[in-house]
Amino acid sequence: MAQNAPSTPDLPSTPDLPSGTGTDRVKRGMAEQLKGGVIMDVVTAEQAKIAEDAGAVAVMALERVPADIRAQGGIARMSDPDMIESIIAAVSIPVMAKARIGHFVEAQVLQALGVDYIDESEVLTPADEAHHIVKTDFTVPFVCGATDLGEALRRISEGAAMIRSKGEAGTGNVVEATRHMRALRRGIMTLGNLDETELFVAAKELRAPHDLVVEVALTGKLPVVLFTAGGIATPADAAMMMQLGAEGVFVGSGIFKSGDPAQRAAAIVQATTFFDDPAVVAKVSRGLGEPMVGINVSTLPESERYATRGW
Amino acid sequence: MSAGRSCEVVIGVLALQGDVREHLAALRAAGAEPVTVRRPAELADVDGLVVPGGESTTMATLADRFGLLGPLREAVRAGLPVYGSCAGMIMLADRVLDAPADQRTVGGLDVVVRRNAFGRQVDSFETEVEVEGVPGGPVHAVFIRAPWVEEVGPGVEVLGRVVGGPADGKIVAVRQGRLVATSFHPELTGDSRVHAMFVEVVRATRARDLSSDGAGVGAGSEGRVS
Repeated sequence: MAQNAPSTPDLPSTPDLPSGTGTDRVKRGMAEQLKGGVIMDVVTAEQAKIAEDAGAVAVMALERVPADIRAQGGIARMSDPDMIESIIAAVSIPVMAKARIGHFVEAQVLQALGVDYIDESEVLTPADEAHHIVKTDFTVPFVCGATDLGEALRRISEGAAMIRSKGEAGTGNVVEATRHMRALRRGIMTLGNLDETELFVAAKELRAPHDLVVEVALTGKLPVVLFTAGGIATPADAAMMMQLGAEGVFVGSGIFKSGDPAQRAAAIVQATTFFDDPAVVAKVSRGLGEPMVGINVSTLPESERYATRGW
Repeated sequence: MSAGRSCEVVIGVLALQGDVREHLAALRAAGAEPVTVRRPAELADVDGLVVPGGESTTMATLADRFGLLGPLREAVRAGLPVYGSCAGMIMLADRVLDAPADQRTVGGLDVVVRRNAFGRQVDSFETEVEVEGVPGGPVHAVFIRAPWVEEVGPGVEVLGRVVGGPADGKIVAVRQGRLVATSFHPELTGDSRVHAMFVEVVRATRARDLSSDGAGVGAGSEGRVS
């Protein structure tokens, strides 16, 4: 994946390894630093501060959390630059922001604002029904949602430096995130058992580039960091996703739609670090107050399912 | 490095958050036996410790909440060799600029570190850095929202600086006795030479501690200045 690194800063180059900004290693390496952490949706600078104090590794700045987008309807777009800037100013941790699927100008704006990661997100209303953003054109890295291995590899071939399960955002229901994490894991394990000839067929069936399919078969993992998202509402949800192979957790509506956001945020952070220690998960799950009110995904009409957005 | 096999050392990687897996792999490649450390009891069993890259505010918050901050400070004071990369450098620094007012660190390294000094993620970059004590040419250094060292105390050796670009001359690798820190992430490049240098620090420390009959661990000679 050739990367055209922009000229700033002016650094000496070497023949073998790329130098400069916006390289694959710098973009993917950023996601490596977030591993084992929790990224929280916030809509104000005050919420961002609460998230940072609770131990979030990053915040996602957006105008409405997914639960409100669901409730209020309408077209969901990139957030107001003023609001994103106020959040960038409020915290020292990385700030991510969402662009609509295919909306490369929203992405250009977010990059110009200095956000640290762009989420090309199905939670916003798609701006293009066929094409995703060509993410290799950008210096800022992108995270994209996926429901299975083929979708993850298509996004990576477009330049995504991080993948998250889509889940079903704004429901407080972890069932779809579970489905997607299991599908990703099953896809990766299946490739590991195929021979060279079969991998060509697998690439065709996954509708994914052959070289990425071979890489996954050899390494037994995605070439980028894999987080989970979409419906995580409790410390136990977060720990379950980690046990299913997630390398970190996005929590959207689950925190600031609950009774005691600061305490719940801290509890989910701790459960993510100690995901394999039920005693810790039990301890932090006590006395958290009301969780967000959930939605039963099976009663959601097809048109209101975000996970089917993106191709 | 193969000669060191006779002195197998166990090196922990602080596994609260961050690129733990990459450090475990780099330590293994450098001939040490790596283990993860998340609890005070696990800290007691290691000959050295790596504080990985990640978010320093998250690590400090978790270390505090799970009762690790005190034991970590105590271990550094008692002379445990520690290497910190990026967020790890911040965790080891005695003073941190551009951090939340209440950010706590382990400390021990007599330096002033500026967080996110090179800028935001769009300014993250890779380049070559000569690191003193690392033979075989420059290290390919990956800087991700990286800190730099703004001031060093009298007991601190500068091991490497950025050459060229807007940050020309900034200090990005330091050592103070048994404490080593880099602004960049050698664990992301598959080159384990920086880790090999740290493994040698751990081996030398262990050999010295074994020969001194455990009569003190020599923290006094490590030059904790502040």
